[in-house]
Amino acid sequence: MTADFVAWLIRVVCGVRLLPAEALPPGPVILFANHSSHLDFATIWAALPPGFRARTRPVAGRDYWLRTALRRWIAGGFFRAVLIERQQVTVKSNPLEPMLAALDAGDSLIVFPEGTRSPDGRIQEFKAGLYHLARSRPARPLVPVHLQNLSRILPKGEFLPVPLLGNLRVGPALRLEADETKPAFLARARAAVESLAR
Amino acid sequence: MKPDRELLCMVGGIVGLLALSSVVTFLLKRRAGGTPNAVVANLDARVKAWWVMVAVFGVALATGGLGSVILFGLMSFFALREFITLTPTRPGDHRTLFWAFFIITPLQYYLVAMEWYGLFSVLIPVYAFIFVPTRSALAGDSEHFLERTAKIQWALMVCVYCLSHVPALLMLQIPGYEGQNGKLLLFFVLVVQISDVLQYVWGKLFGKHKIAPTISPNKTVEGFWGGVLSASAIGAALWWATPFTWWQAGLFSFLLTLMGFFGGLVMSAIKRDRGVKDYGTLIEGHGGVMDRIDSLCFAAPVFFHLVRYCFT
Repeated sequence: MTADFVAWLIRVVCGVRLLPAEALPPGPVILFANHSSHLDFATIWAALPPGFRARTRPVAGRDYWLRTALRRWIAGGFFRAVLIERQQVTVKSNPLEPMLAALDAGDSLIVFPEGTRSPDGRIQEFKAGLYHLARSRPARPLVPVHLQNLSRILPKGEFLPVPLLGNLRVGPALRLEADETKPAFLARARAAVESLAR
Repeated sequence: MKPDRELLCMVGGIVGLLALSSVVTFLLKRRAGGTPNAVVANLDARVKAWWVMVAVFGVALATGGLGSVILFGLMSFFALREFITLTPTRPGDHRTLFWAFFIITPLQYYLVAMEWYGLFSVLIPVYAFIFVPTRSALAGDSEHFLERTAKIQWALMVCVYCLSHVPALLMLQIPGYEGQNGKLLLFFVLVVQISDVLQYVWGKLFGKHKIAPTISPNKTVEGFWGGVLSASAIGAALWWATPFTWWQAGLFSFLLTLMGFFGGLVMSAIKRDRGVKDYGTLIEGHGGVMDRIDSLCFAAPVFFHLVRYCFT
């Protein structure tokens, strides 16, 4: 109930529509999108069909989302975010482990392969995480998502949104090819997101 | 606003007209049979949306002045949203835009509701005009500064200032017409919108010579004159609902249809410049809110001030 209402509210503020169930392959899937605003993961989450939404977890940076009590509640309590280590990757804190655990438990993931919000709205180079994810779970469809105007609704460094009309587009799912190299795959994934821009 | 007989007659006429349109659409659909026809499908969507719009407008009018102010305030908000979305702004405009949406727009309609004519008529042309560039300059980004400022100011003028003159018709004190301004508002919206519809119909039936091919390829000379003259005739025939005589009502209607045409033409030029066909997708068959109210924007302030000058 609360989740449905929050999702509706986010869709109203961002001017994004609810996706029809047939827009996505049956889960669990890995949704990957461009990143320009704090609203990005909430917007994708809100646009997903309700049943799908309940089983989808955003992947977010542990350093940022554990810093204050409010952030901890938003990320951990409300969105059930998979929090990963961005700064020091060691054997002990391999960021891949919690993501794979979530996938194996039947949840879909929302990831932002750029790693951080783009400062100017342009899509930055993709980090290797998406490749490792794809290699570890080759059966999971990788669904490209493009978000438009979200950086104008809530830019980096602002806390009050301006309710412009955002746009969310979902493309056909990708899979890692058998002999595809890491740079080739990351470039292809980035191009899949970019091609959804109008 | 008490529901008097004249108001009921106007509402009854509108409902009858819509019912007729629904029947015609139904017959056209049946004649087309199974073959999908884009024009008929669009007509069908438009007529259905008209029912919804008339229902919303009817409820707003029935709740008296406040309902109309709130309805037009919301329309301004949504129109501004569509307009600014199409306008390239920069992060330095973020705080300015927040003010435009959440302070200036509500304040303008608050002034309409409290009938403070003096401030209502200068809030955006004077105070917002000064505030917008100042706030953006404080944000420290000078790139395309004049363009950004001009676009935000223009959006506020068209979407908020101009449109707020429609519910502002309720604040006019016309001797001998006290408490009946709801009918004047309905007369205004009816004449402007029916002129739009009739220009579309005449254009579809007899349109040959394009009037502004580079701006709006669907507008034709035949559609323009057919729509303008028939809507003016309808306006003249509605004189009994207004404080005007029949020829005054006809003359006002003629002016309103011209202003409506200019408004639609200018908003089309903006869409063309930005490379889009519609401002939004909120109203099925019509596009966005801005696509439906474009003709009201220029007509409203002209009508408001002429009536105010000549009749109060």
